[in-house]
Amino acid sequence: MTTTLLDVISWAFLLIGGASVIIGTLGILRLPDVYTRMHAASITDTLGAGMIVAGLAIQGGFSLVSAKLFLIFVFLLFTSPVSTHALAKAALTAGVTPAGTDRKSGKGAEAP
Amino acid sequence: MLRSLSLGAVLFATWLLLSGFYDDPLLLGLGVVSTVLVVYIAHRMDVIDHEGHPVQLSFGGVMYWPWLLWEIVKSNIGVAKVILSPSMPATPVFFKIKSSQKTDLGRTIYANSITLTPGTITVAIDGEDFLIHALTREGAKGVMSGKMDRKVSRLEAPSETPA
Amino acid sequence: MFGAVAAALLVAMGMAIIRALKGPTVFDRILSVNTFGTKTVLLIAVIGFLQKRPDFLDIALVYALINFITTIAVLKFFEFSHLGTPIGEEEAEDL
Repeated sequence: MTTTLLDVISWAFLLIGGASVIIGTLGILRLPDVYTRMHAASITDTLGAGMIVAGLAIQGGFSLVSAKLFLIFVFLLFTSPVSTHALAKAALTAGVTPAGTDRKSGKGAEAP
Repeated sequence: MLRSLSLGAVLFATWLLLSGFYDDPLLLGLGVVSTVLVVYIAHRMDVIDHEGHPVQLSFGGVMYWPWLLWEIVKSNIGVAKVILSPSMPATPVFFKIKSSQKTDLGRTIYANSITLTPGTITVAIDGEDFLIHALTREGAKGVMSGKMDRKVSRLEAPSETPA
Repeated sequence: MFGAVAAALLVAMGMAIIRALKGPTVFDRILSVNTFGTKTVLLIAVIGFLQKRPDFLDIALVYALINFITTIAVLKFFEFSHLGTPIGEEEAEDL
């Protein structure tokens, strides 16, 4: 009984994870410029990876497998903002013009 | 010295977790040797300090991580809505904010938390000024409300006394 | 069930390749290669469960780290045009 319940929960997690990976990639295809595409990419890195890892960890049970999955998730969480920030800064330094940016406060899109 | 010991403990725990061998004295000995070597090199490089091995954040981090994960889930739903709606109501905006953290470590945590939350990216940091790119106006308002800023400041507050 | 997730990941990887081919800037390509790497990590983990071989998780762990290093190295190359420590102005004058 409990195994079926756990299976259903883990399937739900895996489905949400797979769906958010596809949504994130769809965003990479649809959104207009590189800065907005980064937002879509971080859906894959956070919700997609987190949900798939959680679903797999429930299947793995309380074991070394789940511990390794947790470590994979932690590595992804720590590395993804660093590479996103490096990418955004490199794009801004190289002078990629942001699409449809309106200047709300501050100077706007010049590199500091 | 205490920091080196705790770094060694964390490294050896990670080694045990990844190897999965607990009964072979030779392998355990090799694990101890590599742990000691890494701690010695880190000590020589002088990177075991409050930034390289921030144990002082452990207790605050236990409170901070679940809150951050919940924020990530909420903003994921917002960004997914923008992507899936046929008209794509994205209103990308660059803006600057001031952060209230005092240490570089606190600023790094704040900038990474902003970037980790989908919909907002920290593009550049200059002192306490952050240049942020947001996908929607709502996301920009969320950062400007400063809730995350206060949380991170509270997280780093115990580290004000030099450890 | 794992097969469905693996299929979703493969579809997403195909879409990421389309963006990598279309560009238009080099940063779009780096971004899609980076997300391609993240999906590869997840795919390796899922395949490990599909084949009932948990050893695959170690490979996924290492791949996550290599993917990060690759992105940073390529970005550094495109931002500064070289990978080493930039020489300062004074040293450049000495040469």
